[in-house]
Amino acid sequence: MSGGILTSAELRRPGTRRMLLLVHTCVLASLVVAGLGPLLWLFAASLGQTDDVLSDPLGVFGHMTQWQHYVEAFRGVDTARLLGNTLAMAAGSAVVTVVVAISAGYVIAILRPRWAPLLSGGILATIFLPAIVSFVPLYLTVIDLFGTGISLQNSFWGVWLPAGANAFAVLLVTGYLRSIPRELIEAAEIDGAGPLRILWSVVLPLARPILGVVALLAAIGAWKDYLWPSLVLTDPKLRPISVALPQLERTNDLTTFFAILVVSALIPIALFLVFQRPLLASAGLSAGMKD
Amino acid sequence: MSVRTRRRRTSLTALAVAAPTIVIFAAFSWWPIVRGALMSVQRPTFVGPVEWVGWSNFAYVLADPQLGQAVVNTLWFTALAIVFGFPLPLALAVVISTVRARRRGLYAALAYFPVIVPPVVAILLWQFAYNPAPSGLFNSILRALGVGPLAWLNDASLAMPSIVLQATWAAAGTSVLIYLAALTAVRPELYEAAALDGASVWKRVWHVTLPQMRTMILVMLLLQLIGAAQVFTEPFLMTSGGPQNATLTILLLMYRYAFGGSADYGAATALGLLLAVALAVLSVIYLRLTRRWQE
Repeated sequence: MSGGILTSAELRRPGTRRMLLLVHTCVLASLVVAGLGPLLWLFAASLGQTDDVLSDPLGVFGHMTQWQHYVEAFRGVDTARLLGNTLAMAAGSAVVTVVVAISAGYVIAILRPRWAPLLSGGILATIFLPAIVSFVPLYLTVIDLFGTGISLQNSFWGVWLPAGANAFAVLLVTGYLRSIPRELIEAAEIDGAGPLRILWSVVLPLARPILGVVALLAAIGAWKDYLWPSLVLTDPKLRPISVALPQLERTNDLTTFFAILVVSALIPIALFLVFQRPLLASAGLSAGMKD
Repeated sequence: MSVRTRRRRTSLTALAVAAPTIVIFAAFSWWPIVRGALMSVQRPTFVGPVEWVGWSNFAYVLADPQLGQAVVNTLWFTALAIVFGFPLPLALAVVISTVRARRRGLYAALAYFPVIVPPVVAILLWQFAYNPAPSGLFNSILRALGVGPLAWLNDASLAMPSIVLQATWAAAGTSVLIYLAALTAVRPELYEAAALDGASVWKRVWHVTLPQMRTMILVMLLLQLIGAAQVFTEPFLMTSGGPQNATLTILLLMYRYAFGGSADYGAATALGLLLAVALAVLSVIYLRLTRRWQE
């Protein structure tokens, strides 16, 4: 690499290269141990006998034979349903987040009515308020919508709709739409397209990459969430796997429980492996997407 | 069609397009914020009109003997989270930035991997690893080094550092990626000029890299402070605030007020508001104090 902290002349020097190689190898090794290690250990332990794992936790890599734990993880436990609930929670949150973000972004960045600054200001302001201010009142609002007696508790809407109030998603999409050349919109206007037609035929196709990122971040955020669904989805038939896990730990054999842990981490990991590039590129933004 | 009617029609269409945003934000963001402020000076009555109680919710919270402990614990957690979690991602990012561009993605992905693992999975796994028995996972590793065994989460003085260690592991990856992105924005000419002047690699990091990234570093430090002050899930699942309330944080106390059986929503919102105000004041002071170093 050139143009970094080290100059290209230095990078050609064998001494520097050896030193650099040593540092990189050490860092890579620590990253493998610290980053992947815990999950690899979990996977190995899930294939061992509970007694072995308890008496010699460092020896788990030598006894990876008990694949039936993965059958048991689904047989005695409603893991499939819990995963389905989590999937529904994540997918719905992603859809609502995207709909709100594109609706806000289109109005603020493209249509620009006179009140657009008010809307964007109102959304931006929520970023600066810690979520804790509104946590309890949000809960009370969801269990009794504005005194109508309608409760979203034990309905996926109770997770989906609040997920949509995501200022960072709005910010991301608005910023992206601002970069669309004005001439494209004006050309479509001259061709006689109305605002909805322009949204559908011009803006949406152009915004697909950013909407994909927002959907992905929202889905992973929902998959990782614990506190909110633990309050809103209390019905055992509806709760996601994150909420059920602490209880499953008490009611299952340790190694079977480890298999359940592996299974519940599998989908986010798969999403990460498939969409690594856009995810890593936008990870800085994902910091703000969830709590 | 006159310009004015056309304009109004556009504005009406815009209103229709913005409807999902306005409804969702009004119901699930703006109104709960306003309601939180109102609730902190009310006592919920399940029949009849609400009762205005003035500052009594705040007085109740401030007089709670557990509050002092929760504040001290939260400050302790925040301090440890900064000590563990602030320099490490920065150093990692600086090292990773010297890796060949083609292999940098591997390093970044490995560093980011823990962020992808669902927190509950990671927390329950670490809780197992913190098994205080001599045959516990971490104790086995320590034994190989000739240390321990430690009681980890069962030890009042060790419980919080143990939680911070897990939280740092789970969160560091995001900071690494943010710093990596900021590092690519440092102009290469600066390094070349420094190298020509005979500055060593350390001097270049100290006098070029860090000053160039100072705005990002200052913002990240503030964000980490604000995030750490709102820690909840880790102590909630790992220790429930124990042992002897050694890991009772402000948000755990708030959770106990609201959902711990007494359903004291007024006290919970008052405490949340107090924390938010404290964080806002802290942010203003912080930005004031660091203004000299910002661009």
